[in-house]
Amino acid sequence: MIAIVQESDAALSVDRAFGAAVEGEAVVSEEGFSPRYDLDRWSGLITKPGHKLEGVSIKDKICFFPTAKGGIAAGWAFNDIRHKGIAPRAFIFGIANPVMIQGAIFAGITITEGWSRDPRGVIRTGDWVRVDPQRMTISVVRRARQGEGE
Amino acid sequence: MELTAEEQAILAGTRGEAPKRALEYQIELGKFCGARRFVPVTNVHMMGDIEVMGDAGLRYLKDEVALGARCVVGATTNARCIDFAHCARMGQDAAEVEKERELIDCLRDMGVITTDTCINYQTVYQPHLGEHVAWGDTGTVIYANSVFGARSNFESGPAALAAALTGRTLDYGFHLDEHRRGTFTVRLDAPLKDLADWGAVGKIVGESHQDYYAVPVFHGYAGMPTADELKHLGAALASYGSMGMFHFVGVTPEAPSVETALGNRKPEETLTIGAADLDRVYASYSLGDGDARLVVFSGPQQSLLEIRRLAELFEGRRIREGSSCFATTNGAILAQARKLGYADVLERAGVTLLEGVCFYILQNLTPMRIANGWRNMVSNSAKIVNIIGAHRFNTILRRTAQCVDIACTGVLK
Repeated sequence: MIAIVQESDAALSVDRAFGAAVEGEAVVSEEGFSPRYDLDRWSGLITKPGHKLEGVSIKDKICFFPTAKGGIAAGWAFNDIRHKGIAPRAFIFGIANPVMIQGAIFAGITITEGWSRDPRGVIRTGDWVRVDPQRMTISVVRRARQGEGE
Repeated sequence: MELTAEEQAILAGTRGEAPKRALEYQIELGKFCGARRFVPVTNVHMMGDIEVMGDAGLRYLKDEVALGARCVVGATTNARCIDFAHCARMGQDAAEVEKERELIDCLRDMGVITTDTCINYQTVYQPHLGEHVAWGDTGTVIYANSVFGARSNFESGPAALAAALTGRTLDYGFHLDEHRRGTFTVRLDAPLKDLADWGAVGKIVGESHQDYYAVPVFHGYAGMPTADELKHLGAALASYGSMGMFHFVGVTPEAPSVETALGNRKPEETLTIGAADLDRVYASYSLGDGDARLVVFSGPQQSLLEIRRLAELFEGRRIREGSSCFATTNGAILAQARKLGYADVLERAGVTLLEGVCFYILQNLTPMRIANGWRNMVSNSAKIVNIIGAHRFNTILRRTAQCVDIACTGVLK
């Protein structure tokens, strides 16, 4: 069953945001992220053994991560994966670090930091969501069908 | 943001297109970070290599050169992905090696000093208390803030390059007093006898507090930590916790006491780390279904004192047939290690000494792992044990002498 949600029904609001408004399929992680530590930057797959999203592609997704891991690589790496065509449409961080911000802005990838509530309570992996940096909101456009995105 | 007359002139293009473009990017960052102004920097340290930048990054640098980009402050480079003396034998791509040469040429054309080191703070430049710099990688930043009392945020490649071209960075984060105060305390109640122990402390504290602005205050340590010990502590905190600063009472210039480090506020949390905590860290690693044929001393690069210690431990021994052992350092230290005979001892033992790189950054590392049949990587660096996962290594932290034994016997203890 598909539920259409009005844009005004924001699932959550964010504290800081950059980039164009984008829509895409949500990937909601319980674990933090770093492109150096976790991502195969040639396929777009999370490859770190044991990562909560191991085997998941971030390509064209709206990626929700609670934290940023260390590493300085994202500054250049986000631009690299965008040009390789394997970048996500947006990074949504609970707590980011400067590297993630610098990298996303350099690459022109939408990024937000800080959220009004834990997205795991309102957004599921596979939901189609809209990120609106101007309004500082993230909305669910339609829910994943049962079993989708799991 | 408040812009000075000079900054307004840069924005108007009076110094050329490259600094104008750099300042526009910095202003965009400033809007996100809530920075109100810029602060001049005296030194920049940047990451820039083909493995992380890719073709798009190389094109960007070529554009910058074409625009006449020039550094206006001293700018040095972090470790890179290719040691040209070893790249063919290690199976690195010839085409990427050539691109790395082009990339280095671009950086030099802009006036960047290609030191290729992640331990600039031990070998190139030591900023003083209160000095504002724009550094990356993260290990360099946390060392600058925590040991020198200098001031830097994590500045990734494009941000550091922008700072080198404009001579300034955004005044936020660890440039400001309010973020430099400790937020929680950690009592060190364990003997920390090896560099790996210091990294393990960083893992314990960092993994449980993943927050750039969490600032631990270490106290209670009976001895006086060395530069290499603080290096491994900081690198692990920055890696596991994404932390940009710690206080070590009696070491950090801003931490003569716990109370001062905390800015006379109450800590959000008080932790104690004992020997059993360290034992649990070491016990948490296992070989899985592989073998222990790869031992790495890297991430950060080895100091001269670390190289000497390795030479003492490897003296008269030999890497086990079928095993590989790598140690990475920068050109300056390798030259000294050769003069002093340490490099000869290590190479006779079968250790491959790589110059100007860090192991986890190496171009083509995943294919290299597969070609060599490496499943496990053993190291005395908690940072590299954490950072190399995307290449699908199972990683194991061990103390330095144990790592040497494993390299020579193939047996993990």
